[in-house]
Parts: sequence; structure tokens; C-alpha cells
Amino acid sequence: MQELIEPFARLLEDLCPPSVVRAIEAGGDWRPLWQGIVDSGYLDALVPEEAGGAGLALNEAAPLVGLLGRHVVPLPVGDTMVARALLARAGTAWSDEPIALATGASFAATPPVAAQMLVGTPDEPRLVGAEALADPAERAPLRPLAAVLRAQQIAGAGARVLEMSVAYANDRVQFGKPIGRQQALQQQLAVLAEQAVAARLAAAIGVRGGLPPAPRDAAIAKHGASLAAAEIAGIAHAIHGAIGISEEYDLQLLTRSLHAWRLADGGAGYWAAELGRERAATPAAALDWLLAPAEV
Amino acid sequence: MFETLTLAAIPAEDEALRAPLRALIAETIAAMPADRRARSWQGFDAGFSRALGAAGFLGLTMPVDYGGAGRGAFARFVVVEELLAAGAPVAAHWIADRQSAPLILRFGTEAQRRRYIPAICRGEALFCIGMSEPGSGSDLASVRTRADRVDGGWRLNGQKIWTTGALHCDYMIALVRTSGTSADRHAGLSQVIVDLRAPGVTTRPITDLTGDAHFAEVFFDDVLLDDDALIGTEGGGWAQVTAELAFERSGPERIYSSVVLLDAWTRHLLRERPTDVAALEALGGLSARLAVLREMSLAVTARLADGESPVVEASLVKDLGTRFEQDVPVIVGEDLAAHPDAPVGGELLRTLLYTTQAAPSYSLRGGTREILRGIIARGLGLR
Ligand SMILES: Cc1cc2nc3c(=O)[nH]c(=O)nc-3n(C[C@H](O)[C@H](O)[C@H](O)COP(=O)(O)OP(=O)(O)OC[C@H]3O[C@@H](n4cnc5c(N)ncnc54)[C@H](O)[C@@H]3O)c2cc1C
Repeated sequence: MQELIEPFARLLEDLCPPSVVRAIEAGGDWRPLWQGIVDSGYLDALVPEEAGGAGLALNEAAPLVGLLGRHVVPLPVGDTMVARALLARAGTAWSDEPIALATGASFAATPPVAAQMLVGTPDEPRLVGAEALADPAERAPLRPLAAVLRAQQIAGAGARVLEMSVAYANDRVQFGKPIGRQQALQQQLAVLAEQAVAARLAAAIGVRGGLPPAPRDAAIAKHGASLAAAEIAGIAHAIHGAIGISEEYDLQLLTRSLHAWRLADGGAGYWAAELGRERAATPAAALDWLLAPAEV
Repeated sequence: MFETLTLAAIPAEDEALRAPLRALIAETIAAMPADRRARSWQGFDAGFSRALGAAGFLGLTMPVDYGGAGRGAFARFVVVEELLAAGAPVAAHWIADRQSAPLILRFGTEAQRRRYIPAICRGEALFCIGMSEPGSGSDLASVRTRADRVDGGWRLNGQKIWTTGALHCDYMIALVRTSGTSADRHAGLSQVIVDLRAPGVTTRPITDLTGDAHFAEVFFDDVLLDDDALIGTEGGGWAQVTAELAFERSGPERIYSSVVLLDAWTRHLLRERPTDVAALEALGGLSARLAVLREMSLAVTARLADGESPVVEASLVKDLGTRFEQDVPVIVGEDLAAHPDAPVGGELLRTLLYTTQAAPSYSLRGGTREILRGIIARGLGLR
């Protein structure tokens, strides 16, 4: 799969550097970035081969979504990938326009660019205009899918924040030595690393069963990633000091998105309650619950 | 960073161990209340450990030639997970199976392997860990217990403390100084196997805050050891003890210490308040955290199965795992206390109190939280 992941990483480095993220967030033209991604063909990564796509399984395509998080791509690229896969399966046509899977209120600072939204169920998806706010009953069935995408974005951004924080701690000198030599910061960075790994494995749980994800796996993934996102963002800012909150420093692009994604499509509490209800319906010891296969 | 930790699947032949093991566990724990099962790897039952050995559930990673099962890290994961989740009394064989046997296999002579490993696999040779001393906790390299060369062996003097299981055990693998002084730090340390019934060994129980006496002080007063007591190389004790701690820290015991309480509370909740939204959210949140931790622990197991020694990764999972284990009694206690008029059964209450009191030890034993985070920080390339 590496032969598909690496070119995508290079593509995003090229097309979506922090300057482009900033410009789009400030209301600039997002079309060139979108067109570049359309032209790359990656939007069809999950579309079955017989429908002209790459036919990747959800867990195979997940690293692509992680990269979208890492590069804070401010367009619904992952959403469009899964939307196209579901539409292809249902035999519905789509255009080259962005498609969003917004299953609830947005927590992003900037208005969404997508003019189309996917609603309905994984088996019977429908495209509607973004302004026509869909009935909640039409959004809930896609929420697990949206949640596993957010979890992947969090994992990708979290990994990047960890790298930046370690590098900064080794670089920044105070009291005559790198701040990374201070035990207080080392302890915080260790927690940051734990949370980054936890977010990554939680996100992996979300995609392990394929498309569409089992609601239980999605709940575990989004709950874990959302909890981690808050800790990762907090610790990273502590380590960076004042420079971290300045607009011109890239950390803020990542941490603002971490917060937006952790709140989008159901936060930790929402998914915990969902799981609690599932556990109440199948009274069992924790291990038996863990071992029972997730139902799609 | 840490990209080698990925989702790992337990092979089907190892999953198959669950059913026969559950049958054996069920017989043993049938009459044990939750507050006794909550003691988990502090619960001592030599008969049960021998039964596990007879049924082939010990020494899973040991070669068949030494009486082991010749299987791998995943088989051990399954067995350990089942034992801990049930709260089976495993203390008797726990340390020998987890770290003494692998240590002897890796560093011992052929004679030592033949002498100890088959007995460990039968659940008949019980071991304890002699690392800590009154003046040496986190700073393990400062140990002062000394083994001095004498004709045909060694003379041992000094003291160990907090030695889990010492009262019941046959042997201790002790980290001692065989040359130089504490100022030499890592140099001059060695590991020796001490027969705890030898003349000059005195063991005194230490009672903990729950009233249990699972650990002890062990005094050595001119204890004579054979040449054969030295394990591994003289002066190589530091490297060996580091490898031993990797075995100690990498198992699933670092996520399941509070699971008996979690299950007891879940049963209570589903019986008394099955639609209490706040409580279900708490249950769901703990369940989700456990699910992620289990995958993290399995990811470490996969590294072990590949023959690596994932020291940093294991520290990472242990630190996060113990945090979860410590949160369980807090969250459960808060939920029960939010309903002051609803009676809590004696068994659940005792389980809650025990787990609440035992919880601080989760992030002390096997290396403190701060020490583990230091190891992770070094692994990140800091310092
Ligand atoms: C239930 C239980 C069972 C045990 N069983 C065994 C056993 O079988 N065999 C055995 O040998 N030992 C055993 N121990 C001992 C255990 O290994 C030690 O408790 C542990 O290594 C810490 O040592 P200490 O208690 O002396 O604390 P200290 O080392 O004195 O630490 C006290 C505090 O200082 C912090 N600290 C110390 N050094 C540093 C540093 N460099 N940087 C930052 N913080 C630091 C610690 O993290 C801790 O918060 C057991 C302990 C418990 C609780």
C-alpha cells in the first residue's frame, strides 16, 4: 500500500503547504487545491475497481485520511472519498464537486466549502444541497462513518504535533540548555507520545471492519481519538510557549483542527453514551464484550 | 514515532486456549466473592497454579524441551488476559512464569535451565523479584546487598524489601553487588538465585493499607550460595535486570487490575439503573478506553512475538494502562456516591474499597509512573 501512500504525501506537501491552508481559511480560493486533488485520482481510492476506482479497503485508505489530518487539508477530501465509494456501490452518479459528511453542527472556525452533503444510510446514500439541512434521522446513520474519518484526521495531526513538539523541545534553549532536558517537560512529552499512539490505534479500530464501519468500532475510535486530541493540543501548547499561539507559527493550524475534529460528528461523551447503551443491551463482562465481534 | 505499534490479531490456535482455560478458572473462582477476585495477581493459590501447569497453561513461551508449551507471546497474552479478567488467584506462579523463566532461559546455564524451568512450567517452583532495597527504589543501581566470592561460591549479606510473594516463594532472583561500591553504578552488579530456605535468610511480612501481606522484607545474613547461584555473567546484572523488567512490563496485567470492579459495577448498574444516562456514559467511556488499551497491549505483544524487546513501547502502554486502572475506582465510586439513597451490596462495596486502596500501587510496582515517563522521553530522543 506504501506505493499509494507516499505519492499522496508528496502531493499534499506540494499542493497544501501551511500558506495554502491559511489562505483558504481566510476565505481565499480553494478551487486550485481541490482541482489538484481531483486530478490526482485519489478521490476514487475507495471506489470499487469495477466502477473505475482503486478499490482500496477502508483500512487501506485510512493512512490517506491521516495525511489529510497531518497537512490540515481544509477541504472535505476524506469525506468525498467515502461518499464516492458509497455512491458507487449504490449505483448513483457524482460530480467532481466536494461532498461533505456533516452529521451535526460544525465546530470548524470557517464555513464549509462543500455545496453537497451526503445523507441517508450507507446502503442508500443521497446527495443533497448543503443549505438544505437534512432531517437528523437522515444524518445519524452516516455518523459512525464520519466519526472514523475524524478519528483518522486526529491521529494524523496528532503524530505531526508530537514530532513538532519533540523537535521544538530539543531546539529551544532556556537556562542554558534545551528545554527538552527539563524533566517536567520530558514527562509531559511522554504523555503526549502516549496520547498520539492511543489516537492512532483508536483510529485504526474504527476502520478495521471495512466500509461501513461497525457502530461500536466507530464509537471506540472517535471516543479515543477525541480524548487524545484535547490532551495532545494542550500539552503541545504548553511545550511551545508563546510562539505556539502566534498566528504565524504552524502549530495553531493543527491544534485548532484537533479541537474541531474532536467535537465534530459526536464528541467523546456522545460516543461513550452510545457504547454504554450497547453494553446495557448485551450484559456481559468487559472481556466478553471486547471479544464479541462488532455488529455492522 | 512508534509506528511499529499497529493492530495485531491473535492467531486462531491461541484464541482456542480460552475455552478449556475458562473451564479450569470457573471451578476455582466459583466460590470466590468479587472482593477476593479483585486481588488478582496478589491472590495466592498454589494448588491452582499447579493445576494450570498440569493443564499446560504455564511456560507458554518456554521451549518444549524445557517442559514449556513452545508457543509464543500471543498464547501467553490470551492466558494472562483470561486469568486477570476472571480475577483468578495467580500470585503463586505469576512472577516465575512472567519473568524468572524467560530470564533463566536467556541468561542461565544449561544446568540452571534444566533445574528450574521445567519446575516453573509445572507451577512448582515459585520465584520472587529481589530488586528493591530500603535505600534503593527507583534508583535501582544503588543496591547495597553484596555477594562476595568465597571458596566454591558466594557469601550474601544485605536486605531486600517490598518483595512480592517472598513468604511463599522457593527462590528469589536478586540483584546484588559483586564488586565495587554503589558509586560504580551499573558496573559490578550481578544476579543470583537465592534459595529462600537457606540458612541465614529471614523473611518478615509487610502488611499493606488493605490489610494484606503480599510483600515482605528479606534479610540475608552470611547466606552461602553455590557457584551455580550466579545467573548470567558476573558484572552483567544491570543489562540482565533491564531485560527482566521488559518482560515484567510488557504483559496485559497493566490494563486489567481493576476489571473485577468494573464488571461488578456493570452488573449492579444494569440491574439497578439500566437507563441512567450519566452512568451508561461512564460505562461506555471506560469500555472504550479498555478497548484501545487492549489493542495497544496486543501491539506490544506482536513486537515480543517478533523477537524484539519493546522496552519503550511497553512503558508507554503501562503508563497509560495504569492511569485507566486508577480511574476505574474513582469513576465507579463517584457513580455510586451520586446515589446516596441507593443501597450498594456488601460485595461491590468491599470490591470498590479494596480497589480504591490498591490503586496507588498500580503506578508504583514495576517502575513508577515518573520513571516510565523518563524512559519514554529518552525513547523520543530527549536528553
Ligand atoms: C505492590 C508492590 C509490589 C512490589 N513488589 C516488588 C517486588 O516484588 N520486588 C521488588 O524488588 N520491588 C517491588 N516493589 C517495589 C517497587 O519496585 C518500588 O516501589 C519502585 O521501584 C519505587 O521505589 P520506591 O517505592 O522506593 O520509591 P522512590 O524511588 O523513593 O520514589 C518515590 C517518588 O519519587 C519519584 N522519583 C524517584 N526518582 C525519580 C527520578 N529520577 N525522577 C523523577 N521522579 C523520581 C518516584 O517516581 C516516586 O514518585 C513493589 C512495590 C509495590 C507498590
